[in-house]
Amino acid sequence: MAVFKLRNILHITTFVMMLVVLYAIFLWVPTDKNLGISQRIFYIHVPLAWSGFLAFVLVLIGSVGYLWKRTPKWDHLAHASAEVGVLFTTLMLTTGVLWAKPVWGVWWTWDPRLTTSLILWLIYVAYLMLRAYSSDRYQAERSSAILGIFGFIDVPIVYLSIYWWRTVHPQPLVGPATSGGLDSSMYNVLMLSTLVFTLILVCLVLERISIFKSERSLEEIRWSLELSK
Amino acid sequence: MNAFLHNLITLIWKDIVAELRGKEIITSILSFAILTLVIFNLALRATPQMILTLSPGILWISFIFAGILGLTRIFVNEKENGNLEGLLLSPASREAIYLGKMFSTLIFMLIAQSIILPIFSILFNVSLFEPMLLLILILTTIGFSSIGTLFSAIAINTKSREIMLPMLFVPIVIPIIIGAVVSTGTIMEGGNWPDIRQWVQLILVFDILAFVFSTLTFEQILQE
Repeated sequence: MAVFKLRNILHITTFVMMLVVLYAIFLWVPTDKNLGISQRIFYIHVPLAWSGFLAFVLVLIGSVGYLWKRTPKWDHLAHASAEVGVLFTTLMLTTGVLWAKPVWGVWWTWDPRLTTSLILWLIYVAYLMLRAYSSDRYQAERSSAILGIFGFIDVPIVYLSIYWWRTVHPQPLVGPATSGGLDSSMYNVLMLSTLVFTLILVCLVLERISIFKSERSLEEIRWSLELSK
Repeated sequence: MNAFLHNLITLIWKDIVAELRGKEIITSILSFAILTLVIFNLALRATPQMILTLSPGILWISFIFAGILGLTRIFVNEKENGNLEGLLLSPASREAIYLGKMFSTLIFMLIAQSIILPIFSILFNVSLFEPMLLLILILTTIGFSSIGTLFSAIAINTKSREIMLPMLFVPIVIPIIIGAVVSTGTIMEGGNWPDIRQWVQLILVFDILAFVFSTLTFEQILQE
């Protein structure tokens, strides 16, 4: 019962803060002088990138924990975080593309950060495909834990290789129009929004884990019914 | 250690004998790579000037896709005939089973590449017999086979292994693909060792990480 109440408090807090941050993003914070109205997507794009990356750190923790302890709760953590992480990264890439067109003049550029995000997304889409296509559950748990660890180790190497590749490859003439400091009210909204998106991540992962737990117990009940027949 | 080495050599020899009889892996890599080369040349309508800038990419794309085709085959025989259970019951350790598969895959890929390379030289009119290029080729193929063997063992247990293996393999090996393509291009344009040194280091770091990680985690996949 106590767990139920705690979770309710978390949900209500997240919901209220979400409303506050939406108000701040769309009505309160001043419009950027150089980038104009489109800059407001930045308060959603950056927190999505941060919480998506945090989700992949959770996949790593869950995967290491699973291979070490072999208890389902670690696997649930990794699997749930991968799902939410792919969702957030998809939204991050989408908002990035939307923002790049008016500001940079192109939908996409093969810049190290963009390219690494795309490859990161592909790795974790492969993770989810592996879970979906595996014929044996225990096999799927172990295989995806291995991918969850090596996928994460690989990211810095991917970033470095693309960074070097860009220096030998001609750059298109695009880039952020300004790279000055942020106004303090803008900074505060960004931080608040980051906090809210982190809370949404926590809520979604916790909910997904409890669904996995229910699925697991349902499966166990089915098995024991089969056996008792 | 002596027994380990003995088991390892036996396992590699077993794969070589099977390949000599079936000729499945090398033939599939070879035929697919040649098809890719022909299609690319026709589809790009390449002029001799374009060839110089495009050929590193074409060469590595054909190696990657042909390599994936070969990798999907390496555990098929073990799985289909129940040989995997036999392997697991044998006194060979799990590490030896992984290393055996990894080395035989490496050997098959290198044999296929050593046939593709002269064909590529002839079809595209470029000279590729540079010792530095051979070094890049061998190092990158070590990376491919060490992580590819692990992923092939993972993919063999899934329902659609033909798509699962490339989905797992390609995003992960992107750093060494970039390294191989850029250094091949640099060498073909007359670059020297200092121009490609950082890429060789990057490929080497990836190889070591992939090799150690796969050796340590392979036994997890073989557990029933």
